[in-house]
Amino acid sequence: MFRPLVPIARGWKIVLGIAFFVLFVGLWAAATFGGWVGPLFLKDPWQTVLSGWTLIAEHGYLIDIGITVWRVAGGFIVAAVIAVPLGILMGAYKPIEAFFEPFVSFARYLPASAFVPLLMVWAGLGERSKMAVIFIGAFFPLVLMVAVLVSATRRELVEAAYTLGAKPGGVVRRVLLPASAPQIAESLRLVLGWAWTYVIVAEYIAAERGIGKTIIDSQALAQTDQIIFGIVVIGIIGLVSDYAFKTVNQKLFPWSLA
Amino acid sequence: MSKLVIEGVSRTFPGVRGGAPTRALEPVDLRIADNDFITILGPSGCGKSTLLRIVAGLDAPSTGSVLLDGQAVTRPGPDRGMVFQSYTLFPWLTVRDNIRFGLVERGVPAAEQRRISEDWIAKVGLNGFENHFPKMLSGGMQQRTALARALANEPKILLLDEPFGALDNQTRALMQEMLLAIWEAEKKTVLFVTHDIEEAIFMANRVVVMSARPGRIKAEIAVDLPHPRHYTMKTTPEFAALKARLTEEIRIESIRAAEQMAAKPE
Repeated sequence: MFRPLVPIARGWKIVLGIAFFVLFVGLWAAATFGGWVGPLFLKDPWQTVLSGWTLIAEHGYLIDIGITVWRVAGGFIVAAVIAVPLGILMGAYKPIEAFFEPFVSFARYLPASAFVPLLMVWAGLGERSKMAVIFIGAFFPLVLMVAVLVSATRRELVEAAYTLGAKPGGVVRRVLLPASAPQIAESLRLVLGWAWTYVIVAEYIAAERGIGKTIIDSQALAQTDQIIFGIVVIGIIGLVSDYAFKTVNQKLFPWSLA
Repeated sequence: MSKLVIEGVSRTFPGVRGGAPTRALEPVDLRIADNDFITILGPSGCGKSTLLRIVAGLDAPSTGSVLLDGQAVTRPGPDRGMVFQSYTLFPWLTVRDNIRFGLVERGVPAAEQRRISEDWIAKVGLNGFENHFPKMLSGGMQQRTALARALANEPKILLLDEPFGALDNQTRALMQEMLLAIWEAEKKTVLFVTHDIEEAIFMANRVVVMSARPGRIKAEIAVDLPHPRHYTMKTTPEFAALKARLTEEIRIESIRAAEQMAAKPE
C-alpha cells in the first residue's frame, strides 16, 4: 500500500480526503466538549455552526461574503489581465524582460499588506483601495511566474516551428503561448489563493463590511466562534474555486494530462 | 547544378567562461544533387549535427556558406524540412494539426490543408490516430508524424538528425523502409545524419564519413545498391563489403574521439 508514487483508487482517495476533515472536527469537538479548552478560548464546533447561522440569518453575512469575493475577483482579474500578457512578452522578448524584470523582482518583495495605509490615502476607503492591495499582491509575482514559464518553453519546439516556416510572431502565438498555457493557468490558481490573504488584511484595517471586517469585529467581542466560522468560510470558498480552476484547466488542456 | 552547396562551412563555439573556444567543425565542402539521399556518418560529437543545423539555418557558420538552389541560407525556413532526434511534436496539437502546422503558417486554404494532411497521414500509416495527442503515441509514431509534418510543407530538401536514434531496433528498421519508400515515390532530396553504419548504408546513395572532432569530411563512399531496397539487402555480400569498409573508417575515428574525451574530460 505504501509504495512510492503508486496511485490510489478514486474511491479511496475521496474517503481518505474526507477522513481527515472528520478527524479534524473530531479532535476539535473532543477538545471543546471534553473541557480541555475553555469556551472563551475556543468555541465548540456546534456553537460555531450556530453562530454562523446567526450571522447569515440575522446579520446579512452572505452580503459580507459577496463583498469580499467581489473584491478578490476584481483585484485578481485586473492583475491577471495585465500581468499575463506582460509576462508573456517578457518571457518571449529578452529586451522587454531586461527592462521590466529588475523592477518587478524588487516590487515582488514589497509586502502588499504594507501598502494598505498608503492606499487608503491614495484611493480612499472605498472598494478601489481594497482591490489595489490585491492587485499589488497578485500582479508582481504573477508577471514573474508567467515570464519564467514562457521562457522555459522547450527550445526544440521553437526550432521545429521555425523549420516549418513560422515567423517570430507566429512562434510566440503558436508555440510559446500554447506550450506554457497550462502552467500559466496553474499559477493563476496559486496566486488566487494569495489574493485571499491580502483581502482579509485589507478588510482588517479599513472596511465597512466583508469577511475580514466581520472577523475583526468578532475579535473585539471575543467571539471566537464567529472568527472560526469566517475562516472556515474562506477555506470553503478557496476549496470550491480551486476545484473550479482545476476542472476548467482539465477541460481546456486535455493534451497536458494522460 | 547542385541542389545544395556547402562551401567552406566551419563552426567554432566560443569558450565558456574564458575557456578556449571549441572547434566543432573544420571547413566542410559538400555538394548534394537533386534527388540525392546522402547520409552523414560519424562518431558522436563529430559535428555532424552542427553541420545539419547550419544547413537548417538554426545555427550560423563561423566561415563559409550554404546555398540551396543558389540562394544563401541565413535563417530557418520551410524549404528545408527537419526532423529532430528528440521528439518535437507540439504536444497541444493532434497528429493532424501537427501535420497542418506549416500549412497554416503559409495560409494554405483549409480544404487543401485537409487534403494534404490526410494524404500524409495515410503515407506514414497513421490512419486512425489523426485525433490523438502526441503523448498518446509511441516513439515510432511520433517520429512518423514529425516526418509527415516536415514533408507536408513540400520542402526542397529534407534534413534528418538521427531521427530514429531513440527507437528500438525493430521500429527503426521499419521506419527506414518507410522513409526509403517515401523517398523512392516522392523523389525527395535528403540529408540524413546518423552514427549507425548499417543505417547509413541502407538509406543512402552516398555516405559521407566524418572524422572525430573537429569534424571534417574524411571520405565519401557511393552506395550503388539497387532500389527499391528491402531489409534482406542488409545480408548481401555487397552490403557486407560496404559495412566492413565503413566500420574500419569509423572505428579509427571513434578511437580518436574516445581518446580526446579521455584526454580532455568535460
